[in-house]
Amino acid sequence: MVENRKGYNILIHTVMVILCVLCLAPFVLLISASFSSESSLIAGGYFFWPKEFSTVAYEYLLTGGSVIRAYGVTIILTVVGTAMNLLITTLIAYPLSVKEMPGRNVFNFIVFFTMLFAGGLVPTYMMWTQIFHIKNTFAALLFPSLLTNGFTIMMMRSYFQANIPKEVLESARMDGAGEVYILFKIVMPMSLPIVATIGLMAGIGYWNDWNNNLYYITDPNLNSIQGLLNRMLTNAQYLKQAASIGNVGTSAVPTTAVRMAVAVLGAVPILCIYPFFQKFFVKGMTIGAVKG
Amino acid sequence: MKTKSNVKKIRRYLPFYLMMLPALVYLFINNYMPMSGLVLAFKKYNVRDGIYNSPWVGLQNFEYLFTTKDAWVITRNTILYNLVFILLGTVCSIMVAVFLNDIVSKRAKKTYQTIILLPYMISMVVVAYLVNAFLASDTGFVNNYILKPLGLGSIAFYSETKYWPFILVFINLWKGIGYSCILYLANLGGIDPGYYEAAALDGATRWQRFSKITLPCLKPTIITMTILAIGKMFYSDFGLFYQVPMQSGALFNVTQTIDTYVFYGLMKNGNIGMSAAAGFYQSMVGFVLVLGTNAIVRKLSKENAMF
Repeated sequence: MVENRKGYNILIHTVMVILCVLCLAPFVLLISASFSSESSLIAGGYFFWPKEFSTVAYEYLLTGGSVIRAYGVTIILTVVGTAMNLLITTLIAYPLSVKEMPGRNVFNFIVFFTMLFAGGLVPTYMMWTQIFHIKNTFAALLFPSLLTNGFTIMMMRSYFQANIPKEVLESARMDGAGEVYILFKIVMPMSLPIVATIGLMAGIGYWNDWNNNLYYITDPNLNSIQGLLNRMLTNAQYLKQAASIGNVGTSAVPTTAVRMAVAVLGAVPILCIYPFFQKFFVKGMTIGAVKG
Repeated sequence: MKTKSNVKKIRRYLPFYLMMLPALVYLFINNYMPMSGLVLAFKKYNVRDGIYNSPWVGLQNFEYLFTTKDAWVITRNTILYNLVFILLGTVCSIMVAVFLNDIVSKRAKKTYQTIILLPYMISMVVVAYLVNAFLASDTGFVNNYILKPLGLGSIAFYSETKYWPFILVFINLWKGIGYSCILYLANLGGIDPGYYEAAALDGATRWQRFSKITLPCLKPTIITMTILAIGKMFYSDFGLFYQVPMQSGALFNVTQTIDTYVFYGLMKNGNIGMSAAAGFYQSMVGFVLVLGTNAIVRKLSKENAMF
């Protein structure tokens, strides 16, 4: 490394710092906007620090019920959805990883094929709404995105195959352990990285989901926080119109700041939590190719 | 004797089949039943008769779809955006991965990585708000603090098509690069440092080391990732094309993709026949692309093939 090591170092750090600024700046703008007074925003537009500090937007949101309610919906949805996803994924991934199981190839194919071919939005929508009647129910937020396809199942199956020694399973069976016991007491504790990765992916997916709200929900009481954001994006008056907030004076709604405040509330929990889980995310990505 | 061992076998494996049941039922409902609903593309749908009893109309929906300009516009947009995303995405994520890999300080590396992964974690709706904070015509940062001080007139971004190909490509890179560089970074970590030391001793320049050692080592990953992306060429990120342009009709010519078209047909215009036809077109071509690209990979290097 005789040649210009120092120059190269300066170059990479400069590039990375610029990238980081690009990634962070929009969030700073958003947060600053949410803490600005309505009049300063209308007069001068969004800026990287509040020209006139104000918490009116947040006070407004806290006095109206819809944001708090939406938070509740999102939290319940994320917890229930993640738990269900992990449960059904592990329950199928474990048998699929057992080579001697008769019919394994057929089941593998059934799961794998969902990654290759999909019916698409129109038939999916028709089926969920007309056969299962999930429109405007909590189930509409939960079920359509429980598993998009077999990808996570294949991912977990590959992990089990590569990381759980057969001898461990054999000796547990010799001792008379049932398969459910083996899965939850032996296989799962040995597979925490993949469980964490898939759980994290599912959790972020549910927290960030606005699609199901857009497709299946018209009842404001079932808005998740992202659903609420989706409604407010093109309709700044949505909060005012949503019934549950009728008790707040309708004259002076700080719309410009309020929509930014809701966006902050929708993004901040993820941004605060994910640095702690980042290593699982990175690990999960690199666990290996998913093969059929 | 045979039946006895069969009974034993069933008892042995029955718990497995029961364990698989919930996911299989779910995949049947959520993934396989809609496949049968693809027949809608050949029907004149009405609510009363539902999916399976609506009258057949043959290829009429496709005729309508392909005689409009829309079919061409959505196909072109979907494919061109994907091509640019694949090309720029690969180049940029390899560059970022190489830079991250060359950073000595563990802490700096981790901090950078955490920050550039941040946009990946947030939803497209929030991204639409972020973009709006910059581009809004009245309160946006760009109009108020960049164009105005320069003495330039303000730009109505949400009705000018010419800016959007750049905006959408930028946002796609911005949101995805932290994620896509992870895989390359992991690959770089696996390259034997001995290669680089030997090359440095022989006086190889940094560029030579990159093009003669790093790139060949990354080649299998690059091929696999590109082929996976080509298999998805007929699909687009619905959130990116629906939320970020804020559904502005003036921009449809450059923002409408197959996915948004299907959505608008189904939910907004009540044009279910054409929407179903476009969806069918997407499913079929998408499937052919996946099978085709996989067949090519099998020919080139079997171990990288998906199936």
